[in-house]
Amino acid sequence: MIPAAFEYYRPQDMAGVLAILEEHGDDARVMAGGHSLIPMMKLRMADVPHLIDLQDVGGMSDIDVGTDSITIGALVTQSDIIDHAGLAAAAPILREAALQIADPQVRYMGTVGGNVANGDPGNDMPGLMQCLDATFTVVGADGTRDIPAREFYEAAYMTAREDDEVLTTVTIPTPKGGWAYEKQKRKIGDYATAAAAVQITKDGDTCSSVSIAMTNLSDTPIYSEAAGAALVSTTVDDAALKAAMAAMLEDIDPTEDNRGPVAFKKHVAGVILRRAIERAWSRA
Amino acid sequence: MKDEITREERVDNLKGMGCSRKRVEDARFTQGKGNYVDDIKLDGMLFGDFVRSPYAHARIKNIDTSAALEVPGVLAVLTAADLEPLGLHWMPTLAGDKQMVLADGKVLFQGQEVAFVVAEDRFAAADGIEAVVVDYEELPVIVDPFKALQSDVVLREDLVAEDGTIPDGAHGPRKHPNHIFTWEAGDKAPTEEVIANADVVAEESMYYHRTHPCPLETCGCVASMDKVNGKLTLWGTFQAPHAIRTIVSLISGIEEHNIRVISPDIGGGFGNKVGAYPGYVCSVVASIVTGKPVKWVEDRMDNLMTTAFARDYWMKGKISATKDGKITGLQCHVTADHGGFDACADPTKFPAGFMNICTGSYDIPTAYLEVDGVYTNKAPGGVSYRCSFRVTEAVYFIERMVEVLAIKLNMDAAELRRINFIKKEQFPYTAALGWEYDSGDYHTAWDKALKAVDYDGLRKEQAERVAAFKRGETRKLMGIGLSFFTEIVGAGPVKNCDILGLGMFDSCEIRIHPTGSAIARLGTISQGQGHATTFAQILASEIGLPADSITIEEGDTDTAPYGLGTYGSRSTPVAGAATAMAGRKIRAKAQMIAAYLLEVHDNDVEFDVDRFAVKGAPEKFKTMKEIAFAAYNQAIPGIEPGLEAVSYYDPPNMTYPFGAYVCVMDIDVDTGVPEIRRFYALDDCGTRINPMIIEGQVHGGLTEALAVALGQEIAYDDMGNCKTGTLMDFFLPTAWEVPNYETDFTVTPSPHHPIGAKGVGESPHVGGVPCFSNAVQDAFRPFGNTHTNMPHDHWRIWKTANELGLHD
Ligand SMILES: Cc1cc2nc3c(=O)[nH]c(=O)nc-3n(C[C@H](O)[C@H](O)[C@H](O)COP(=O)(O)OP(=O)(O)OC[C@H]3O[C@@H](n4cnc5c(N)ncnc54)[C@H](O)[C@@H]3O)c2cc1C
Repeated sequence: MIPAAFEYYRPQDMAGVLAILEEHGDDARVMAGGHSLIPMMKLRMADVPHLIDLQDVGGMSDIDVGTDSITIGALVTQSDIIDHAGLAAAAPILREAALQIADPQVRYMGTVGGNVANGDPGNDMPGLMQCLDATFTVVGADGTRDIPAREFYEAAYMTAREDDEVLTTVTIPTPKGGWAYEKQKRKIGDYATAAAAVQITKDGDTCSSVSIAMTNLSDTPIYSEAAGAALVSTTVDDAALKAAMAAMLEDIDPTEDNRGPVAFKKHVAGVILRRAIERAWSRA
Repeated sequence: MKDEITREERVDNLKGMGCSRKRVEDARFTQGKGNYVDDIKLDGMLFGDFVRSPYAHARIKNIDTSAALEVPGVLAVLTAADLEPLGLHWMPTLAGDKQMVLADGKVLFQGQEVAFVVAEDRFAAADGIEAVVVDYEELPVIVDPFKALQSDVVLREDLVAEDGTIPDGAHGPRKHPNHIFTWEAGDKAPTEEVIANADVVAEESMYYHRTHPCPLETCGCVASMDKVNGKLTLWGTFQAPHAIRTIVSLISGIEEHNIRVISPDIGGGFGNKVGAYPGYVCSVVASIVTGKPVKWVEDRMDNLMTTAFARDYWMKGKISATKDGKITGLQCHVTADHGGFDACADPTKFPAGFMNICTGSYDIPTAYLEVDGVYTNKAPGGVSYRCSFRVTEAVYFIERMVEVLAIKLNMDAAELRRINFIKKEQFPYTAALGWEYDSGDYHTAWDKALKAVDYDGLRKEQAERVAAFKRGETRKLMGIGLSFFTEIVGAGPVKNCDILGLGMFDSCEIRIHPTGSAIARLGTISQGQGHATTFAQILASEIGLPADSITIEEGDTDTAPYGLGTYGSRSTPVAGAATAMAGRKIRAKAQMIAAYLLEVHDNDVEFDVDRFAVKGAPEKFKTMKEIAFAAYNQAIPGIEPGLEAVSYYDPPNMTYPFGAYVCVMDIDVDTGVPEIRRFYALDDCGTRINPMIIEGQVHGGLTEALAVALGQEIAYDDMGNCKTGTLMDFFLPTAWEVPNYETDFTVTPSPHHPIGAKGVGESPHVGGVPCFSNAVQDAFRPFGNTHTNMPHDHWRIWKTANELGLHD
């Protein structure tokens, strides 16, 4: 497994990155942790004649926990997320999810920016970010723009980001209430058979708001508004849970792979969602 | 002379048999100082790699290498046409078949070697591969062995005569162009009669899926032909370096004394590194052609998709019993999928290995086994992945059949086993399918195991769990997996075991140095088993020199005595015996020297730990260290100088390790996720040389058993595409997936082995697979399950639950 030959660049600032992207267009790609991109290059499924390493650009490795929102630099690693006490207190679902990604070695390298920009339906953070209603900030030759996570994913490996844009920051409104990231996988280092991200608030005994997103059950992450709607104003009883599961199943479109056939995936998606809701509700 | 230390201390100082001596190998392995094939770097070394077929069955119309030859750094591209004049475009397999080295007109499996690109480095080779243009014409693909036997698509035209008749194969008549052999053991008619007239008969069909040994280090070699002195040196990941030397000589015509094969450190083999692969032949040819050393090392996908797989046995069984559960007969038919070439690595007379050990640990009076080998469009192999030849298959079969019979009889499966075990006093026991079991004490082991896990308590808990499940209080079922296995290892007696005509003896040569240290060389080769540690312990006990003063060396055919290598748990049973026997020769000579030095008759001295002492006068002695020095500095009448010995050991019989395993598993019915709560493993490997190494081997073997039972497979789609070519889909457990193992033992020494040892490296795998599988199956038994096929990954477990109506 040897990649085709490529030029390696390590620019010191964003202007340098954008200049190379402009010069080589489609033939150039940025690399963050490299733990999705390099395997694809080695399999010769990605052809990247000009590889731009973002590690020296600077200014994209901070986690900033504000009162209303949290910003996470694109180069923050999954391991950084796990280790950040302030973040774990403000948005514990991030840590719970990051701990279920790959293994420690991968998490030392893999970044938040790479994970959400990659566009692989198997990645866990896109669904998570949709659940949290995050916004992605990208910068290109014409300046910066913000793209909501819920509008970012178009198809497998196809996103709203243009080829010559770089994702710099993820901004999340500080989440409220109970949370859960529930993932079924075959083994450590595996992508999800099914995963659910749930953030839920209660008012007395009833659910006042909820946000639900599913991972690896379609060619994009699935933010299921309908599943959420089925829970709001209920006591999250069995009937409401079943309604949420049924609504979610309408939204996903899994395909058969080595993890199993469609019927199995749908069944597991329902079970995983139910467990996620129950756990989140118990923490709300 | 005064003795300052106690006898006990003298024994401890030797670190001989029975001591948990730390592994001497680990200092280098844990510091990254091992020397594996890919660490070998020679001046001017080139790198070779394969163009591989994307198709499972296709005719090759043309291979255009011109663009590849233009790639910077590419020196040559070999195809079958280049090898043909040398007669090397095909090579013999260990199973008596032949295999294409490079595609000769067609390909028979995805990933098959089509051309060999030789370049200055592996990067240029990879670019060269991309530039080779192969024109394929796709042919109909057969991945199902049953369909292969019906189909008029001929996979191996080379094995059909021009008039359409089917010549005999290496193992007798063939029924169909895609049929390889039929192999039988036992008596058909009497078995059928017993089964027809039995009180109770249980029948089951089971598929032991295709998987792969997947050693951490893949296969590879470095070939270096020195054109000046005509010597070929071949470093490689060889589990049998001497056999490789002989094969290379036979197929290349290079005289055997001009070939030196070296197995350096090997990062796991598990059967994957026994056979000969096209990479070896192409590297040798490329080195001869270019006059430079050539390296070939597989990547992970190459390894999983092309070099030796394991299992792929479709087994149909019938087992009969009296109504009280005494087993009366067993019948087994196997359809064995061997892929495109028959490249199984079995002793010549055993095309289905020792599948005829499938009567297991039970006293079954009548049995019959029939195996049909079949060609399909899958990778060749069929090796013994962490087991003796096809023994995992045999043990899985019988341990499932016993469970199925227990269901039919509505009997407890532990009790059914107990009443059918071969009794201690029946050993040596000749089984219905021919093997003579050397020793065993199954009842003692079984009782100890069941007591250790509180078996009755577990069954009670399980019954309560089922009741709670039915009441809707839990969604988790509990399974109790049982297995009792008998291995057959230590191939083997030359009278019935050979590979390519080479008898399966093994060897040890010892040289004692004047200062009382030693080097011993063996015909085996460690791939992680810790030979340098344990064989030194055997010698320490035999010759009275400390294990720390004994170097063990293996793997260099220029220095090591001829042996058949390491697989099938044969090292301790065969080479370990040779080591003890060579040690005894040393001791016999040492006795004469001691007697001379002590001025008494030979028979008046006796061996005691680390010395010879005068009988009845233990204060008069010569230590082995002193004797060693005397062997080199004194002229002793009638005795040659020096202290060396060599032994070639042809074992009188196999050894038969056994064990009793219990697994407790909780299964989430809704997600299909199993959780192993407990795993207890009792092993009886006879005399225990190093308990710590035994425990390590048991942990490793059980982990590979867990893998195979719970998800590890090589799967193909209908087009013959391998769906599991990377570690994302091929399950290799990590510390996370592995439960805590409780190990235990009994000791029933082998009566014919010089030190009573039986081999243990593979037992845990052989016994572990059915144990994990039985736990899954047992969880669903109360709901009507009799059998489901492995691997029990999440979706298949879920499917079982679903089909039993547990999701409604
Ligand atoms: C064995 C293994 C197991 C894994 N298991 C999981 C898992 O369970 N769940 C999971 O979510 N992930 C998993 N991953 C993927 C891992 O989390 C990756 O690290 C992550 O998906 C990508 O992050 P990266 O920084 O490595 O990105 P890279 O590999 O560097 O880049 C990925 C893609 O994103 C683009 N990109 C990267 N950064 C930016 C940016 N700032 N702006 C624009 N584009 C950018 C790149 O051009 C590339 O196309 C696994 C990886 C491995 C190797």
